[in-house]
Amino acid sequence: METPIIELQDIRKSFGPVEVLKGVNMKVFPGKVSALVGDNGAGKSTLIKGLSGAQPYDSGDLSFEGSPVTLAHPKDASHHGIEVVYQDLSLCENLDIVQNMFLGREEVHQRMLNQPEMEKHATATLHGLSVRTMKSVRQKVSSLSGGQRQTVAIARAVLQKAKVVILDEPTAALGVAQTEQVLALVRRLADSGVAVVIISHNLADVFEVADYINVLYLGAMVAELSAKETNYNEVVAYITGIKGDTSAAEEVEEEEVVS
Amino acid sequence: MTTAPDKSTNPSVHRAEETVEAATSTTPPHTIATGHEGTVRDQIDSYLQRVRGGEMGMLPALAGVVIITLVFFILTPFFLTKTNIANLMTQTAALMMLAVALTFVIILAEIDLSAGVTGGLGMAIFILLTNVGAWGWITALLVALVVGAAIGLFIGFMVAKIGVPSFVITLALFLGLQGVILVLLGNAGAYRIEAPTVLAIMNKSMPVWAGWAMLAIIVGISLFTGLYDRSRRVATGMAVRPMSLLWARVAAWAVGGGLVVFMLSLNRSTSVIPIRGVPIVVPIALVILWVGTVMLDRTRFGLHLYAVGGNPEAARRAGINVARLRIAAFILCSSLAVVSGLFTASQVGTVESSAGRDIVLSGVAAAVVGGVSLFGGRGRLAQAAVGALLISMITNGLGLLGLSAGITLAITGAVLALAATVDALSRRRAGATSLAR
Repeated sequence: METPIIELQDIRKSFGPVEVLKGVNMKVFPGKVSALVGDNGAGKSTLIKGLSGAQPYDSGDLSFEGSPVTLAHPKDASHHGIEVVYQDLSLCENLDIVQNMFLGREEVHQRMLNQPEMEKHATATLHGLSVRTMKSVRQKVSSLSGGQRQTVAIARAVLQKAKVVILDEPTAALGVAQTEQVLALVRRLADSGVAVVIISHNLADVFEVADYINVLYLGAMVAELSAKETNYNEVVAYITGIKGDTSAAEEVEEEEVVS
Repeated sequence: MTTAPDKSTNPSVHRAEETVEAATSTTPPHTIATGHEGTVRDQIDSYLQRVRGGEMGMLPALAGVVIITLVFFILTPFFLTKTNIANLMTQTAALMMLAVALTFVIILAEIDLSAGVTGGLGMAIFILLTNVGAWGWITALLVALVVGAAIGLFIGFMVAKIGVPSFVITLALFLGLQGVILVLLGNAGAYRIEAPTVLAIMNKSMPVWAGWAMLAIIVGISLFTGLYDRSRRVATGMAVRPMSLLWARVAAWAVGGGLVVFMLSLNRSTSVIPIRGVPIVVPIALVILWVGTVMLDRTRFGLHLYAVGGNPEAARRAGINVARLRIAAFILCSSLAVVSGLFTASQVGTVESSAGRDIVLSGVAAAVVGGVSLFGGRGRLAQAAVGALLISMITNGLGLLGLSAGITLAITGAVLALAATVDALSRRRAGATSLAR
């Protein structure tokens, strides 16, 4: 099996007396889509916030490309090429596509914004993702549909040469056609060699796009499944705690559960 | 499982189908445009489309200027005389500078109610240093500007670091700084400005040749930046707009500016001593306006201001130092407010203890009338300037008609209400296209 780009071991995180992550293990592979599923409160967001550097873990080992790293700040994460595309998208509606894609990392020429260069790179990136649903890269984001916004947010991560793209509920607010567009984009992204982590409540989407399915239940990773070798009912059983050792307080050994 | 009925009703499904077809066909992917492609006609069409979509920019304010010009010209022919045009420019200058100053913080969806009295305090310090302390006017002005910047730093710190709403902290300063001015100047206080250079800003004109030279520089800059941007796009291999649009822009500057400079170059005196030339304040204001516009349009700082105004959380996640940016905007605002105070003092010739008390709300009104959105993230300095012109024209024209101050205030208020309505509606319009999400 190929080497994971990110490997989490025994990750723990508490908020006061509440232990949200109780020793989580997870692997993320380049060129693959790893889904992270689990019911509300299972700890998905907390796990992701740690990876983005926004909210560091209390303890546990995080290795990136084989070597241990600490992600204490969002800058650390983006330095390693880890980009998170949040549910609420983090786009500025009053700015256009190019401005949003380069926000915070603008190219400058003699201290002035290098507009043509940024337009060129933005256009090339969108082409590289086979995006064709936009009229102009100078369109304001406020004029875009939900799917197009999601596309811009993903393209923004790609533009930053991300090695790992984490998508938080990318299809939650989208219609059927737009969901298809975004999932196709996610697939192309992974096929280009990027490691994709997708958080979703929608198991249909997960099965359509994911290579691996990781299930969190009450702060513990209860299953790491290959999407081809599992089925809808099994995943639901893990999510709801019917299947798997769910005595999370006793801190299960996840590997045993999987095998 | 059939989706056929959906396809006929949901247009986005068609789009998805097209995408799939395009992806599978062998034709090369068609280009995503950059807004620079196409003929003059295409450019005009897409501009009109943007306007319909709610991106009206300064159009409503410009339309207001045209309408008000016509109305007042019909009511009183004196409105468009050489003297009154020159008067309008000097009457607008202080308000315009204040509106420009406020634009920096309004873009961030903040407000500075103390901007007017900050200008007043700057001038109080200026006048004490020059008249009582016998300082040179340049050093005194620098001290006043530094005091302005310090007030801006304070407001910015309170807003960005402590989290006090800007409305409240600047309201507190609005009251407090009036007190400081009173203490500094005393109750009787009305100090006469002695420095002739300072008085000249609003009350003297440049020689006629200097006015034309100024226009030549403006047209030159317009042409140069247009050609420079174009050459950089060509060098990068990006599409460029038709050359004729560039010429049209340059020609508009030349003709419009030429008309104004020509009018101002004629003798507008009613006595034997001729008065002619562009008022000195005009080039000063234009330079500040130009530098500010370049900053907002072409630097990371400006772009980040708009980003924070549009979505502070997104800006923060993008690695922008939001607090530092807020502080910088308040410093800019307060410093430029002192410049506005200088214009007022130069125009009136004195500094009073009530300096800057009444102007600030007109400044906010000017910015909003010009199309600067109080919701943040939208608005340009030129818009604030046009808004200020519009407000001054109303005040000036109603004054010419001999109407009372009460009616002037009522009409100004109505115009502001109208502008705010246009702003809210155009926002809704811009949002309406994205309701699908």
